Amino acid sequence: MLKRAGGLVLAWLTPLDASAQGDQSARPARGDVLVRVGDATATPLTPADVTGTAVVMAWPATPAGVVRSGSRLNRLVLVRLDPASLAERSRPHAAEGVMAYSAVCTHTGCEVGAFLADEQVLYCDCHESKFDPRDQGRVIGGPAPRNLPALPLTLVDGRLTVAGAFTARPGFEQG
Amino acid sequence: MGAGRFVAAVSTALLVARLLLEATPQQPAPAPPPAPLPMPMPAILKAYPAVTADRLLHPRDDEWLMIRRTYDGWGYSPLDQITPANVARLRPLWVFATGAVNGHEAPPLVNGGVMFVSTPGNQVIAVEVKTGRLLWRYRRPLPEDAVVMHPTTRGVALYGDKVYLPANEGVLVALDARTGKEVWTTNVGENQHGYYMTLAPLVAEGVVMIGASGGEFGIRGFVAAFDAETGKQVWKTYTVPAPGEPGSDTWPKGDQWKTGGAPVWVTGNYDPETRLAYWGTGNGGPWMGDQRPGDNLYTASTVALDVKTGQIRGHFQYHPNDSWDWDEVSPPILVDYQRDGRTVKGLINVARNGYLWFLQRSGGPISFVQGMPYVKQTVFRGLDPKTGRPDVDPDKKPATGKKAENICPSHWGGKNWPPISYSPKTRMIYIPANENLCDWLTGIEVDYEPGERYMGAQSGLSLAAGADHVGEVQAWHVDTGRRVWTHNYATSINWGGMLVTAGGLVFSGGTNDRKLHAFDAATGKLLWEFPTNSGILAPPSSFTIDGTQYIAIQSGWGIDSRLVQGRLNALTGGAYPEVPEGGAIWVFAVQ
Repeated sequence: MLKRAGGLVLAWLTPLDASAQGDQSARPARGDVLVRVGDATATPLTPADVTGTAVVMAWPATPAGVVRSGSRLNRLVLVRLDPASLAERSRPHAAEGVMAYSAVCTHTGCEVGAFLADEQVLYCDCHESKFDPRDQGRVIGGPAPRNLPALPLTLVDGRLTVAGAFTARPGFEQG
Repeated sequence: MGAGRFVAAVSTALLVARLLLEATPQQPAPAPPPAPLPMPMPAILKAYPAVTADRLLHPRDDEWLMIRRTYDGWGYSPLDQITPANVARLRPLWVFATGAVNGHEAPPLVNGGVMFVSTPGNQVIAVEVKTGRLLWRYRRPLPEDAVVMHPTTRGVALYGDKVYLPANEGVLVALDARTGKEVWTTNVGENQHGYYMTLAPLVAEGVVMIGASGGEFGIRGFVAAFDAETGKQVWKTYTVPAPGEPGSDTWPKGDQWKTGGAPVWVTGNYDPETRLAYWGTGNGGPWMGDQRPGDNLYTASTVALDVKTGQIRGHFQYHPNDSWDWDEVSPPILVDYQRDGRTVKGLINVARNGYLWFLQRSGGPISFVQGMPYVKQTVFRGLDPKTGRPDVDPDKKPATGKKAENICPSHWGGKNWPPISYSPKTRMIYIPANENLCDWLTGIEVDYEPGERYMGAQSGLSLAAGADHVGEVQAWHVDTGRRVWTHNYATSINWGGMLVTAGGLVFSGGTNDRKLHAFDAATGKLLWEFPTNSGILAPPSSFTIDGTQYIAIQSGWGIDSRLVQGRLNALTGGAYPEVPEGGAIWVFAVQ
């Protein structure tokens, strides 16, 4: 099932030119890989990089290596879940149990940056909104007015790869 | 084509065109799409009186032109029609849904019979006070990637024929008070780096002064002044000094000053005599002091700024090296009080750190007179009698990797942003306090990333042992420095700004039962209550229309009041259920 990129280390840095700046801010697209926030080497993430106890904050990056960090609406929170625990509608969006969600809380736009492992919820500590990562980011607590948008994932050559657009507009609601 | 032939061709064409114009009757131009019929400007807006500098300095008793009515920050109305004897007959005249949710924190301002309120969502509403009729509505949608941790507004400012709104995304907007249309906008702070604005401006000496929130995003705080007519920046003074500037020796040698915090998110007060404006500053960034060793001026301080130049002429720091997220953003009020048989030109501040501070103002330096806890305070072992510098219990000071427990008050403070009020008749200040709220804090390492949270802390709320209530209204006499009365809310926090009137009444919301309350200012007796649509955070205002005294308030629960309510609900097993949200303006008069 898993096609590992057997030992392949992608030295994968491409200097940005002006034409890449549009890609930086554009929403993620099918075929993008994911890279850890703050990773200067922009190494594509694999399911093994995401544990079951803590989130990984990530950016999408184009196959050409342009990290889409130009808009915070592209910021992602990755969490690894038991595939058997996933709601049916979320299963097609997971890659080996890894789910990707917009990290921008739908309440006021703070970062959803924590996974409460005992409750199995994604958590925004600004105003305590809670989302169920096993079920399409469904709101299960706090003031968030709508679900956290999911970013469908698949595996390509062992790498976490974007399989489609966000399931809803990332971002918060206007007051 | 040669140049000569080109000129000839053009000349010919012009000649032909001219002949055609002269020779043929003009055809009617194709009809443009019908424009919306211009609404005639209501007479009340046509007659809108300019807000002059003199009116701000000397408002009539029946006016409420600034968020605290007067530059000294008293939140006091000299009106006395509504009294303890008739307040039981106070009834709503009208209510107006704002269409916005979340915390409504702006007091209604009134000029020439027109009420101006701001609401979450960068909205300003102008209403005819007498009828409750909408005159205009301004909305400025937030950028979809805006960074606004506390999406509220604490009011607008009126000056000349303009209304000034600091939009959340760091843009100062000047509106035409008659139409609600933008006159100019000025970028104030880089929102993608965490600068956002929620405060009302302070207008004095022809400039509009504002600051920025962002103490949780590693901003470098500031107060800036803009020309009221043009929006051009006049000065900008950072509340964290750069290396070499006065106060920079209170910061470590590294780059910590660049992300040092000291945000400014509550409006300052102003002393026309010395032409100094007093502004409060918030927490240091990140939250833990051990990540920025030193006193860290001017975090958690009051700074006295020269309104002409922006120069810092004096300061007072309430606690050095803040590690408790105690933003001291509320400015001190300007009150001259008696101490030991002499009159002190005073500043009084009810600090988030749980102490009540009596200070002395001057043309520059601010000096310490007296300080005492007004709620349970477990962190300070005492104050230096000369300087007021607190002696901090090291066990109660959290640090990176070090948990400190039973910190009282909690990081929401003995009093948060809602303003106190002061009555020159009773010579008392009225404090919306939260007693018995404590917390624990643990510092964690954190990397700075522009526009992302830069707190480096985990926290949890707790109740002090034996706590039987949280919310309070406290009254303290400024000349004796003693508490006169306290009203306890048995099952609510108090998150409401205060109003006191010459009629001898204190008005305030703040509770989770959605009520507006009226207390006897002398005794603290609860005389009247009315449940509104939602919980009330904003301070009330008072004014007259056709000779009748009104009380006006916005109701709309949210932001941190909601968060504390939720945590208390968890701590108490359900005693603090959710408060309904959604904003409305209410206007009351005695029937």
